[in-house]
Amino acid sequence: MLAWFSENTLLLGLAALDGLSYAATVFMVAVGLNLVFGVLRILNVAHGSLFAIGGYVAATLGLFIASHGLPAWLSLPALLLAAVLTGALLGPVIERLLLRRVENQEPVLQLLVTFALFMILEDLQKLVWGVQPVVSDAPVRLLGTVDVPFGTDVIPFTAYQLFVLPGVAVVTLLGLVWFLRRTLAGRMIVAVTEDREAARAMGIDAARVTLLTFSAGAALAALGGALASPTASLVPGVGAQTIVLSFAVVATAGLGRVEGAAVTALLIGLGRAFAVYFEPELEVVIPYIIMVAVLLVRPQGLFGVLETRRI
Amino acid sequence: MRRAGEVLLVLLAAALVLVVAWTVPWLRFVLTIALAKGLAVLGILLLLRAGQVSFGHALYLAFAAYAIAFGAARVPETLLLLPLAAIGAALLGLLVGLFVVRYREIFFGMLNLALSMVFYSLLEKFYSITHGTDGIRLPPTTFAGQVLDPETQGWAMLCLALLLSILFAVLVRIYLASPIGQALAGIKTREARLEFMGISGRRVLLSAYVLSTLMAGCGGAVLAMTTRHVTPALSYWTASGELVFIAILGGSGSVAGPFLGAVAYELTRVYAAALVADAWQMVLGAVLLLVILFAPGGLWGMGRALVGRRRQA
Repeated sequence: MLAWFSENTLLLGLAALDGLSYAATVFMVAVGLNLVFGVLRILNVAHGSLFAIGGYVAATLGLFIASHGLPAWLSLPALLLAAVLTGALLGPVIERLLLRRVENQEPVLQLLVTFALFMILEDLQKLVWGVQPVVSDAPVRLLGTVDVPFGTDVIPFTAYQLFVLPGVAVVTLLGLVWFLRRTLAGRMIVAVTEDREAARAMGIDAARVTLLTFSAGAALAALGGALASPTASLVPGVGAQTIVLSFAVVATAGLGRVEGAAVTALLIGLGRAFAVYFEPELEVVIPYIIMVAVLLVRPQGLFGVLETRRI
Repeated sequence: MRRAGEVLLVLLAAALVLVVAWTVPWLRFVLTIALAKGLAVLGILLLLRAGQVSFGHALYLAFAAYAIAFGAARVPETLLLLPLAAIGAALLGLLVGLFVVRYREIFFGMLNLALSMVFYSLLEKFYSITHGTDGIRLPPTTFAGQVLDPETQGWAMLCLALLLSILFAVLVRIYLASPIGQALAGIKTREARLEFMGISGRRVLLSAYVLSTLMAGCGGAVLAMTTRHVTPALSYWTASGELVFIAILGGSGSVAGPFLGAVAYELTRVYAAALVADAWQMVLGAVLLLVILFAPGGLWGMGRALVGRRRQA
């Protein structure tokens, strides 16, 4: 066992670094999904499409900057701009025009509304950005690589994946925790999540909170997409892949705390990265195996709170 | 009197399917596919009655389809393969069901989704057995040892699909009217009340789940023998979403809904793909939105409302 570890230090190190940067993007998507589910009680199937659109917008901005000879460092804030644009433009439109209309419908119908939206957005992406892979890796090239010492070996790893991705994820996590627990708007979101009726009775404008939360969730998904876009080329179907993965994260974490999504994203991100290096056949299966294993032991998820049974 | 009317309606619908397939030959294939999917959707309807959505029923459809694909390479006999594949899917359903019926709502939906995605990646990754995303081509299957010419084969598959559809629609009707079917609806309203009456909600849901997987298996088997090509995409999560889509499109109020929905879905898809090749998915999405926003009862509900209005007038 020990011998195996010392033989594979390099691979283990690579897998850990890869897993960390992967977990960062997964977290951004899953935490938004969790937030939206908490307030709207809708599992947003189109959340993955917002991830993809965020990525495409970021890539478009990146290519625009490169082709107009603007300074390369601009491509970093462009990632953030892409997320804000996507969240601020699409979020309110989707919430107001679609989700609000089915507010009082059966949960199945609400879920299907987001599925319809997913189908529409999926084709919209193909119409706007085509089916050829879109690549814009300016931020990765800009920051270069860092040599990470690992035992006796050294792993060259891109600084972007090492610092920017996990960094933004940690800032998002801390920012969200602070926002939800310490600010008035955040506490309103928590109140509506806990009990919509009671929150409204206290004078909270639930409709506004819903709009705000959905837009924030959309922006988080888009930010995840924007951050991931420089590390991989964008192809049709990336939204469909992302959404099932974040479903797995959300179900494994259970619905509730933001930190839960972070820990679970890390678990699943690392699990997948180790699979990529050691058992490539299992790569796609690992998140679901983790999810099924967790739900077998804890039916409400790792961090979920057991709902009291209504009689 | 009512029952006689219903029997007449079913016979009329079946005759209509055959007449349409005879007058417009290319529709025969589309109708067979629609009925096969309708069978799987009937299972979704059953679970919807319990208030549960499975976002992973494509698993059973794909399982049966691949079972047919592997079986047809050895014994290409329809009447042997079909029951075997369907029973195989139902056994898998029983195994999975024992686990997933402990969960409700999004956990139920997500577990089903997860398992179907696991199956999807197994199909995709084990290239040596499944040929990955290329899929497997099937030889034509025989009927009771008879090798049929392509034309007769097409008719045989359509009649088989039609027969299975009627059989299972009747079975589901009987099931839903039975005490256990009534208890199933109880899971949606208040499961705790069921338990107070001494009925196990899990067992009731399990019975519906296994029946739904049996039907998905039949659907998958017919699908595989009709298209004669199976790929892992059959079990991707969007395929499961499609089944739920059809259930809502057709309306969950009647066992006729799934078949009505499936025919409408396949026709829309064929025409949308012909008119706007790059945006057929968008057209379907828009149709789904319109149905949910303006006709939550689905096509069946719409038809009923029309008939009801005429009777009142």
